[in-house]
Amino acid sequence: MRPYDGRSDASDSSGASDRSDREKGGMRLAEVVEALEAEVIVGGDRLEMEVPAGGASDMVSDLVFFGRPGMVLLTGLTKSSVVRAAQVADVSAIVFVRGKRPEREAIELAGEIGLPLLLTAHSMYDSCGRLYVRGLPGVIPASQGAIPGDSV
Amino acid sequence: MAPEPSESFAATYPILGGGFFLAGRASGEVKRRLAELCLSPELLRRVVIATYEAEMNIVIHAVSGEIAVRAEGDCVRVTAVDRGPGIADIEQAMMPGYSTASEKAQSLGFGAGMGLVNMQRCADRLWISSEVYRGTRVEMRFCPRPAEKKEE
Repeated sequence: MRPYDGRSDASDSSGASDRSDREKGGMRLAEVVEALEAEVIVGGDRLEMEVPAGGASDMVSDLVFFGRPGMVLLTGLTKSSVVRAAQVADVSAIVFVRGKRPEREAIELAGEIGLPLLLTAHSMYDSCGRLYVRGLPGVIPASQGAIPGDSV
Repeated sequence: MAPEPSESFAATYPILGGGFFLAGRASGEVKRRLAELCLSPELLRRVVIATYEAEMNIVIHAVSGEIAVRAEGDCVRVTAVDRGPGIADIEQAMMPGYSTASEKAQSLGFGAGMGLVNMQRCADRLWISSEVYRGTRVEMRFCPRPAEKKEE
């Protein structure tokens, strides 16, 4: 089995692994864009990728602690530091909520590392709800193995 | 265990205290370089997250510091040394949620008080020594856990 790296391009996510991701309740990034009526700031060429889960946080440390590889992150943080944290946490895309556009450095950095950025006018709460009702699960708690062998 | 030997890798990264704009850059670089070695994705993830937390602690609290990363075979050693305020009570600093981060750091989404907790969770061994008004030294060692056998 190939571990989900959240960086698969469209050709990688076809076939058997695609079906198993779907069964677990993931979404294509294009479906996230549609659900959130989002603007694609950068990464329009990666909309076919599968995202297995979603999470929302305005605390970078929490993201790095609870993040799950491949997740889509919803946040109100707009500095480039959130893009770097997302890279570390293997986030596959960031959604900036409530119309808060990320700063230019954040957009440039995301372009460099190939991380799609979306912008939605919906609030954090509404954005989470819109994805949840469409079947995108939350990130699994650390106690259930965000880190293999973990027993926090 | 330990099938083909991985190439070794060693590098040191200077970290600037208060450099929030650059925060996470060293960890991103570590991730990129270590990804070239034959480490399991889970082990790589643990190393990168813990390195990010160490980097952020220097950015948030210290004047300056450096992070040294050394991969040897299947294991990785990360050493973070800083010149800064030091930690008066390490036991207290290890408690989840305890933070002395500045308001500025918190406004940028840092300082949830999970950094050392996260390092302890990710690392297999963690050594911390600190001298108040001088600085802190954190050393972490990572080796493959039973659940992290490489899959082909």
